[in-house]
Amino acid sequence: MARIRLEGVTKVFGAVVAVDDLTLTIEDGEFFALLGPSGCGKTTTLRMVAGLERPTRGRIFIGERDVTDLPPQARDIAMVFQDYALYPHMTIMENIGYPLKVRRYARSEIHRRVREVAEVLQIADLLDRRPGQLSGGQQQRAAVARALVYPPQAFLFDEPLSNLDAKLRLEARSFLKHLQKSLGITTIYVTHDQAEAMALADRIGVMDRGRLLQVGSPIEIYRRPRNTFVATFIGSPPMNLLRCRFQQAEAVLVLGDGQALALGERAEALRRAFRDGEPLWLGIRPEHLALAEGPGPTHLAARVYAVEPLGVETLVTVQVDAERIALRLSVDEPPVLREQVWVRVPMERALFFREGGELAL
Amino acid sequence: MTQRRPILSMPVGLLFLLPAMVFVAVFLVFPSLWVLWISLTNQTLTGEAALRPRFVGLANFRALFDFENWMVRGYFGNALRNSVLFVIGSALIGQAGLGLAIAWAFYRRRGIWRELIYTLAILAWIIPDVVVAFMWVAYLDRDQGTLNAILSALGMGRVDWLIEQPLLSIIIFNTWRGAAFSMLLFSSALATLPPSYLEAAAVAGARPWQAFRDIILPSIRSHIITDLVLITLWTFNTFTPYLITAGGPTFRSEVVSIYTFRIAFQHFEFGRGAAVAVVMMLINLALALVYLSTLRREARAR
Ligand SMILES: Nc1ncnc2c1ncn2[C@@H]1O[C@H](COP(=O)(O)OP(=O)(O)OP(=O)(O)O)[C@@H](O)[C@H]1O
Ligand SMILES: [Mg+2]
Repeated sequence: MARIRLEGVTKVFGAVVAVDDLTLTIEDGEFFALLGPSGCGKTTTLRMVAGLERPTRGRIFIGERDVTDLPPQARDIAMVFQDYALYPHMTIMENIGYPLKVRRYARSEIHRRVREVAEVLQIADLLDRRPGQLSGGQQQRAAVARALVYPPQAFLFDEPLSNLDAKLRLEARSFLKHLQKSLGITTIYVTHDQAEAMALADRIGVMDRGRLLQVGSPIEIYRRPRNTFVATFIGSPPMNLLRCRFQQAEAVLVLGDGQALALGERAEALRRAFRDGEPLWLGIRPEHLALAEGPGPTHLAARVYAVEPLGVETLVTVQVDAERIALRLSVDEPPVLREQVWVRVPMERALFFREGGELAL
Repeated sequence: MTQRRPILSMPVGLLFLLPAMVFVAVFLVFPSLWVLWISLTNQTLTGEAALRPRFVGLANFRALFDFENWMVRGYFGNALRNSVLFVIGSALIGQAGLGLAIAWAFYRRRGIWRELIYTLAILAWIIPDVVVAFMWVAYLDRDQGTLNAILSALGMGRVDWLIEQPLLSIIIFNTWRGAAFSMLLFSSALATLPPSYLEAAAVAGARPWQAFRDIILPSIRSHIITDLVLITLWTFNTFTPYLITAGGPTFRSEVVSIYTFRIAFQHFEFGRGAAVAVVMMLINLALALVYLSTLRREARAR
C-alpha cells in the first residue's frame, strides 16, 4: 500500500503531447479516477505509472521510491487491462496464478492462494476453464483476481468495465468499489464515463488534451467545476451554459435574444467580478431549473424541443433563442412538444464563467 | 452443432470438382503410381533391361536397406543419415531457430535495422538457386573466399570449407537460404498477439525470458508446428546443396535427394532410383500425417 506521486510528468509521442506537465498526488488507500474524453492522455498516464511507457520528462514515485527508471516488473503494481489480457492457452487457475508462478512459488501454495482470491471474487468454480469459456463479467473478475493474487502496492485499472453490458457494468461497479474499500489498496481508475468516476472515486482528476484541469472529490467537481469544460463533462445531462452579457446599471444578464434575467442578490458579487457589458457564461445544472406559470424577473421564455421520460424524472429540452437547455423535472404532467413555457432560473444556484471558460463566481 | 445444408446438390458439386480431380489424377496420382511400378522393376536407360524391364519384386528396396554396407559412404543409409543431420541442423535449429530469434528481436519494433535485416533475409530467400550457389562457392573458397579472408584477418587459419566441412557448409548455406520464411511466418504470428499480453506479463512480474517461454511460445504454437513441418519437408527434398558440394567429397554431403538423382540420372538405374523416390514419398507422407493430426489436436484444444 502506498502513495503515488507524479511530478511534472510529460509524455511526447513525436508531435503529439499526450500528457502535459502533470503533477498529482494520490493518497495511500485512495480510489482515484482519471476522467476525460477520448485521447486526452489517461491511458498514457496510467501506463507511465505502470512502467509500460517512459515519461519524456518528470518523475514518478510509488511510496517513497522513485520508480521513474524501473521496469514494470520492479514496481510492484497490478494492472487490469481494458481487454483483460487473459491468456487463452492457460486455464483460469493458471492465469490467476501467473504472478506467483513467475516468482517461483510452490505449486501447492499457488493453488491455495488462487483458490482464496477466487472465493472472494466468486469464480472458484470456474478455475478449470479457459478464458474463452467465460462471460465478460467472469473474465473481468478473473483479471481482477490475477491482479489481487500477489498483493500489489497499487491497482491500476484501464476502463475495465467498458466491455460489459449496462446491467453487468452496474454490478461490477459496486463490486469493485466494495472490494477496493475492504482491501484499502491505492487505486487509479481510468475512465471516460463521468457517472462511473462519480460513483467509484474518492477523488477525480479531470483531464483534457493532456492537461489535468481539476482534481477534487466528486461533489466538489460537480458543484464547482473550475471551467466550462469540466462543467459540461460532468453530469448527465451536463450543466447548461447560457451566453449572456452583464449589464451593471439594471443588475441583469441579457441573453442573445434580448431576454433579461434579474441577478438579485448575486448582483453585487458580479459587479466586483465583471466589467459592465462584459460577455460571460451562465452555468446552471438541469435539476436546478424549474417551470414557472408565467413571466417573472428570473424567468425565460422558451419552447419545448424534446421530452424524454426517465421513470422518476422527465428530461425536458427547451429552446431559448438559438440555445438548448436541459431540465430535469419530477412533475406528473410534463409539458408537450412545441409548447411555449417559462423556465425559472434560480440565481442562487448559478455559476458564472468568464468568456474564456474559467469559473469566476 | 448446427445442421449445415449443402448449397449444391451432390451431382452438381461433383461436376465442379471434376477439373481439379482430373488435374490431380494426371499430374500427381498417375506419376506416383508410375514411379511405384518402376520401383518394382529393374529398368535402366540402356542395355537389356531398358528394352524389357523385368518385374523384380522388392529387390530394389532390399538393396536399399541392405544393412551390410548400409552406412558406407555412397549408400542409402549414409545419405539418410546426412539428410537427418541436414534437416535437424539447417531446418529445425538453423532456419526455425534463427527465424524465431530475428522475429522476436524485432517484435513491435521498427527502424533501419529491422528493414535491413528483413530485406537481406528475403533477398537470400528469393535469389535464384544458381546465383546463390555461385555466391556461396565463392564465399567459402579456400584461397579466394570471403570467409577465409575474414578469418585470416582475425588471425585464424584458413579452412577449406567445402572439402573439410562439406555437411556443415551446406547446413549453414541452407539456414541462410531459408531463414526468411520462418522469420516472416513468426513475425506475422507475433504481430497478431495483442500488445497487452506481454504488458500484462511484465506488470505481473515476469522477466522477458519468462514471458517468452510462458506467453509467446504457447501463443504461436500452431504457427511453430506448421513452420517446422513445412521447412522439414522442403529441406528434406531440396536439391540445391548439389550445386555447392555435389554431394561430395566422397559422398560426405550426399543427402537423399542427391542420392536419388545420382542413382536414377547418373547411373541410370531407374528401378533403384524409383525405389528411393518411393521411400522419400513415404517419409514425406508420414511427416505430413503427423503434422495434420497435430494441427487437428491443436484446433480441438482451443
Ligand atoms: N504509442 C503512441 N504513439 C503515438 N501516439 C500515441 C501513442 N499512444 C497514445 N498516443 C496519442 O496520445 C494521445 C493520448 O492517448 P491515450 O491513449 O492516453 O488517450 P486516452 O485518454 O486513454 O483515450 P481513450 O479514452 O480513447 O482510451 C492520443 O492523441 C493518442 O493518439
Ligand atoms: Mg485509453
